[in-house]
Amino acid sequence: MSEMLRIRELTKRFGALTAVDNVSLAVDRGEVLGFLGPNGAGKSTTMKMVTGFLPPTSGTAEVCGFDVTRDSIEVKRRVGYLPEGAPLYEDMTPLSFLGFVSEVRGIAASERAGAIERAAGLINIGEVMHQPIGTLSKGYKRRVGLAQAIIHDPQMLILDEPTDGLDPNQKHEVRGLISKMAEDKAIVISTHLLEEVEAVCTRATIISRGRIVTDGTPEALLARSRYRNAVNVRTAVAQVDAVTAALEGIEAVDRVETASRGGETAHLVAVPANGAVILPLVGETLRAGGLGVEEISAERGRLDEVFRTLTVGE
Amino acid sequence: MRATAAICKRELIAYFSTPLAYVFIVIFLALTGAVTFYFGGFFDRGQADLQVFFSFHPWLYLFLIPAVGMRLWAEERKTGTIELLMTLPVSTTHAVLGKFLASWIFAAIALALTFPIWITVNYLGAPDNGVIVAGYIASLLMAGAFLSIGCFVSALTRNQVIAFVIAAAVCFVFMMSGLELVLAAFKGWAPEFVVDLIASLSFLTHFEGIIRGVVDIRDVIYLVSAMVIFLFANRLVIDLKRGD
Repeated sequence: MSEMLRIRELTKRFGALTAVDNVSLAVDRGEVLGFLGPNGAGKSTTMKMVTGFLPPTSGTAEVCGFDVTRDSIEVKRRVGYLPEGAPLYEDMTPLSFLGFVSEVRGIAASERAGAIERAAGLINIGEVMHQPIGTLSKGYKRRVGLAQAIIHDPQMLILDEPTDGLDPNQKHEVRGLISKMAEDKAIVISTHLLEEVEAVCTRATIISRGRIVTDGTPEALLARSRYRNAVNVRTAVAQVDAVTAALEGIEAVDRVETASRGGETAHLVAVPANGAVILPLVGETLRAGGLGVEEISAERGRLDEVFRTLTVGE
Repeated sequence: MRATAAICKRELIAYFSTPLAYVFIVIFLALTGAVTFYFGGFFDRGQADLQVFFSFHPWLYLFLIPAVGMRLWAEERKTGTIELLMTLPVSTTHAVLGKFLASWIFAAIALALTFPIWITVNYLGAPDNGVIVAGYIASLLMAGAFLSIGCFVSALTRNQVIAFVIAAAVCFVFMMSGLELVLAAFKGWAPEFVVDLIASLSFLTHFEGIIRGVVDIRDVIYLVSAMVIFLFANRLVIDLKRGD
């Protein structure tokens, strides 16, 4: 069975507020699902229901075929979870904390040391194992939270903002780790860092006001961008008007935007109508007009723009 | 059971990793000593028993025990670790039991450290050690009943100070319910059997029965059922108020 998580019509209401509204989705082994959405969209609430922390108002969630309401212990055994903000027992050291988690998780006493060593090695926290968690930096705390989530080598990983508070190097490391673990697990991560979606996710789901607004590969999301296949042109300020006129003359170009203009060079963006491929046309036109440019490149699309359109545009 | 043991161990270590444990034990020992010798007139009584020593325990527990119980759940709520704990494969019942047992074992350690007074009274005279054992059992049960109230109240809030104050107030009501102070509030209007029922709920009545050396099984059952009821309420509160 490759389907690891199935959510059906999951809904959570807090009084009059509907935090999660009729969410359905499935995640297979090998997938890394990026859960995107503005703050308060219902990402964390959905994760809390899937991990058995909050009971759903209606609907179901199944992990490896176990219903989270009826067989919540079986679900919890199979899931590794990093809650939002990575809460930890700050009076413990990572070593004693991981020992505690593996004990509660029922890892045999003889295998505990090995499991802790493996998780600590993967996450790279070996050098702080004996310091109280409360004295660690934000990045280390987050990593201790991650180590806790993978200590039992779970089939399903649910990580709420796993790279929040990490520096760019640590982010890179954690993303590498997620991609590596994805082979034999199903992973759901929530994030509001769009570059993260492109870096690690095989699929992205955007959620807004409790509802799923889109679900597809990052590439499919990019294809919805107005800037899909747009062409960036950098040219000398002196000939901006000529270049703009030439670009506007191309039939497939919808409009030309001036992205920036300062000092010697200006940055123009030729946006195609309906995402058509215009890079060759732009090249030809500029050459034919004898207009020299410093740089010319095509865009795949802008995820942040898609995100804004989908989550604000309603 | 394994998870209960793991949680119990973690909580017990947590007590001793903060000054709370040492402050509590030192104050408890100092106060038991002080009240026994000064207020209780331990020497003047001229009797080789620990009656006065035990009779002050409920009053010390009244404000010391809520301090032991207050952090158990309130802190988990405040720091968000409750989400971590309740998404580990452990049932709410086992988590509640693990935390309660840790606090009870801690109270037992503090109580056990009063052993010098037992040695003292045996050195000075020939006390009935059976009665003293009964006294220790009663004191431990009383501490357990107060702790179960403390655990329950701690689960209701994320603020430890509020947990402390409310737990102390609830313990006070349960302790005093056999006395005129509480009963007078009911006598005017409530039927006789209600007043009797409230009077019979008094921790103090049951406690004093045992420390006199009469281990009446009904007194033991009463204190144990108080623990069961409050721990059950604790479990309900955790299940119903996860996200708050």
